[in-house]
Amino acid sequence: MTDLVIIGGGPAGMSAALAAYEQGIRDILILERDSSLGGILQQCIHNGFGLHKFGEELTGPEYAWRYEEKVRALNIPCKLNTMVLDISDQKVITATNREDGIFQIRARAIILAMGCRERPRGALNIAGARPAGIFSAGTAQKLINMEGYLPGKEVVILGSGDIGLIMARRMTLEGAKVHAVCELMPYSGGLARNIQQCLHDFEIPLKLSHTVVEIHGRERLEGVTIAKVGGDRRPIPGTEEHIPCDTLLLSVGLIPENEISKSAGIDLDPITGGAVVDQDRQTSCQGIFACGNVLHVHDLVDYVSDEAELAGKSAAAYLQGASAPACSISLKTGNLVRYTVPQVITEKKPVTVYFRVADVRRKVQVQVWSKDRLLYSKKKASVAPGEMEALALSAEILDDVTALTISIKEEQA
Amino acid sequence: MFDVAIIGAGVVGGMIARELAAYDLKICILEKENDVAMGATKANSAIVHAGFDAKCGSLKARLNVEGSKKMAQVASELGVKYQNNGSLVIGFDEADREALQELLERGNQNGVEGLRLLEQEEVLAMEPNLSSAVTCALYAPTGAIICPYELTVAAIGNAMDNGAELKRNFKVTAIGQEDDHYILFSSMDSVRARYIVNAAGVYSDQIAALAGDESFKITPRRGEYILLDKECGGLVKNTIFRTPSAKGKGILVSPTVDGNLLTGPTAVNIEDKTDKTTTAEGLAQVMKEAIENVPSIPYGKSITSFCGLRAAGDTGDFIINSPRPGFINAAGIESPGLSASPAIARMVKDLLAEQGLELNEKTNYNPLRPAMHHFRETSLEEKNAIIQKDPAYGQIICRCEGITEGEIRAAIRTEPKPMDLDGIKRRTRAQMGRCQGGFCSPLILKILAEELHLPIEKITKSGGASRMIAKAIKED
Ligand SMILES: Cc1cc2nc3c(=O)[nH]c(=O)nc-3n(C[C@H](O)[C@H](O)[C@H](O)COP(=O)(O)OP(=O)(O)OC[C@H]3O[C@@H](n4cnc5c(N)ncnc54)[C@H](O)[C@@H]3O)c2cc1C
Repeated sequence: MTDLVIIGGGPAGMSAALAAYEQGIRDILILERDSSLGGILQQCIHNGFGLHKFGEELTGPEYAWRYEEKVRALNIPCKLNTMVLDISDQKVITATNREDGIFQIRARAIILAMGCRERPRGALNIAGARPAGIFSAGTAQKLINMEGYLPGKEVVILGSGDIGLIMARRMTLEGAKVHAVCELMPYSGGLARNIQQCLHDFEIPLKLSHTVVEIHGRERLEGVTIAKVGGDRRPIPGTEEHIPCDTLLLSVGLIPENEISKSAGIDLDPITGGAVVDQDRQTSCQGIFACGNVLHVHDLVDYVSDEAELAGKSAAAYLQGASAPACSISLKTGNLVRYTVPQVITEKKPVTVYFRVADVRRKVQVQVWSKDRLLYSKKKASVAPGEMEALALSAEILDDVTALTISIKEEQA
Repeated sequence: MFDVAIIGAGVVGGMIARELAAYDLKICILEKENDVAMGATKANSAIVHAGFDAKCGSLKARLNVEGSKKMAQVASELGVKYQNNGSLVIGFDEADREALQELLERGNQNGVEGLRLLEQEEVLAMEPNLSSAVTCALYAPTGAIICPYELTVAAIGNAMDNGAELKRNFKVTAIGQEDDHYILFSSMDSVRARYIVNAAGVYSDQIAALAGDESFKITPRRGEYILLDKECGGLVKNTIFRTPSAKGKGILVSPTVDGNLLTGPTAVNIEDKTDKTTTAEGLAQVMKEAIENVPSIPYGKSITSFCGLRAAGDTGDFIINSPRPGFINAAGIESPGLSASPAIARMVKDLLAEQGLELNEKTNYNPLRPAMHHFRETSLEEKNAIIQKDPAYGQIICRCEGITEGEIRAAIRTEPKPMDLDGIKRRTRAQMGRCQGGFCSPLILKILAEELHLPIEKITKSGGASRMIAKAIKED
């Protein structure tokens, strides 16, 4: 029996472990499938990490190292090269590696920190051939930064999320020509600074409201047909344009990696793809917590670390016998709000609610309602799907309510 | 000098090779691609049809019923997944009911066992996720599913274990004759053989023409599919067909032996035998019609789409004959060719014997091949015993399908050896799960390069110019 097993040794898993340790938990085990700690940050060799957390700009590996160093100094046990295959609702974890074979661990508490994966081409059903040369942006990043191989030289990127933008610059720096970054939506899902630093600075065209409609080439990719899309996001006939290229990178969304959470019977939120959690990041299974990109996809790793600290503290409190839930207030999504984390509140104390909006809007009010009672309202200059919003709720607001609805009031359509 | 050269390493060529490998014969299989099962065999509906579909008295009808009866045994000898899940042809109105009655009678005449017409209540009890507009169905309990490329890899592997040779990247471009034998030429190489079997799929008319037989023509008929995540594999248990009409056989919805959900195919005649592209219209049609049958299919959970080309002959039936001495056609093998393949192999063997090929049984023939998916299905204790001997079985490479490094290395060392990434995929399922190789393809690239003693830049996705990497950028 282990007190606390943490699945995933990326920034979320490491921060959670450190936070739990700080609260006095000693019997901790981190399980990580890769050969080292750090998770996806290891391949993110560009900088821009840590501005909020450390007040300086670090590269991915540097940011990860700040945590790994502490994990090592405290001798928190980790099993690397170890893949978790299954979690039961009794908190029995089945995992495999070369030395131990397939083994089981019973945990008193578990923190899920498995991160997310990229959506593949199949999910888009792009028509055409199936040649070599189509990679998810993260796979290309791994090939270049970790393995030292350039996948191709003439590149089109579909999707302007941060990974797509970063890879446009990375491929360019390695001598490839990036012909275009196409984005289905009329706005980029990436951070404004990445659009400037990764595209504009290199004169890479960003084609908003464009998508790839056909893939050409029998053996290696020979080109793609792109087209403009209308308000319904469907291609507009007659706007097709052929771009010769040998590489197509897809940066079309991230999906929290929750296959093993399902095996434990944890309730998932269909919008985030992550677990439904309370203010402590506890899932529907008592004693199982979730944080980081496996819970919902974050824009900045700094917020992942914050969330993981919260989960680590909560897991420690749970192990130390914290009291049972005091209430159950569900958080609902109102106008323009896609999801909230947490989705439920079980204790009347100040809580920060994170949420994302479905579309770009200027001059809005963030509002909190209980039925038809407006409890809170705050002006905001703009909201965008690419930026996670944080809303601090006081304990008073939680008095006498059973559900709260977060919604956006549009002052100007 | 070979006794028999088989052109084409699809399921038909593969099953013929295995059938002949039981005899004292020198056999070679010539395949133009970098791997086996690259034609229609890799992209089809994977159904072992019961056999009610084909016209009474046709080769298709006869060989389908014979083949489907043999398939369970073939699969078990070759260690290939096979599932007798049953087929349902569903009807929505009176015209459908009449057509189903006809199908039932035809099936009975063809010798299909256990066919039954079901009424709405019984159909929906069996398959609660079908559209509630279904009024009746034809139930074929002998309908089954199999993995066609797994079957072919295993059949060819088994033939090779029994002495057959496989020559890849050998595209037959000319056929000559000398004394008592033929010479088959590719652009770089040649092979001599006393007998030729033409199992070249959609190209079988061109191969026949090289031997002077211009009696038939093959038109490629495109079939497009969308495959869904394993989460959706349980939506139906049986293979669901629509009642065939003047518009065609319609889109089917079926579980696969690996637990995914398969929907398709479209049916469009095309000109170009190399054109395996999917089309926006085709994929839209698949979704629209599949949802008419099973409304709850969640297409957001699609993991890939693909296209296969049917080798549609102009005679309306399989073309299995001998247009000239020592040359056998197994041509125009469109659906139900997979189902019929064990019977086609038997028939080709008989034709060869008629043509004078002597068939003496080998004393050391072994019809068995260990299942490649053995590790996945064995008990925890056995797995751990294997890992202790070879730790590579403890290391997961493909996280979606749970495939280990040990399984991948074993596949690379087993005939017919995979030489490219797609070859690994078809043998182990690594890269075939929901992330489609995003996570494991860089790892597999490395393993493959290591096992084949090639630089990573030379490793391809599926042979030819399908290189994965443009250049190395690290200096070491
Ligand atoms: C869309 C679709 C759905 C189908 N569904 C089913 C089904 O559910 N059930 C069923 O029973 N059947 C089905 N079929 C039919 C079945 O797939 C085929 O009958 C079967 O795969 C044919 O196998 P084959 O070996 O004849 O052809 P192929 O698999 O096409 O093999 C021919 C081989 O010959 C090689 N070749 C060609 N020319 C040369 C040359 N010059 N030199 C060397 N090699 C050459 C090719 O590369 C290829 O590997 C379907 C077919 C399609 C396309």
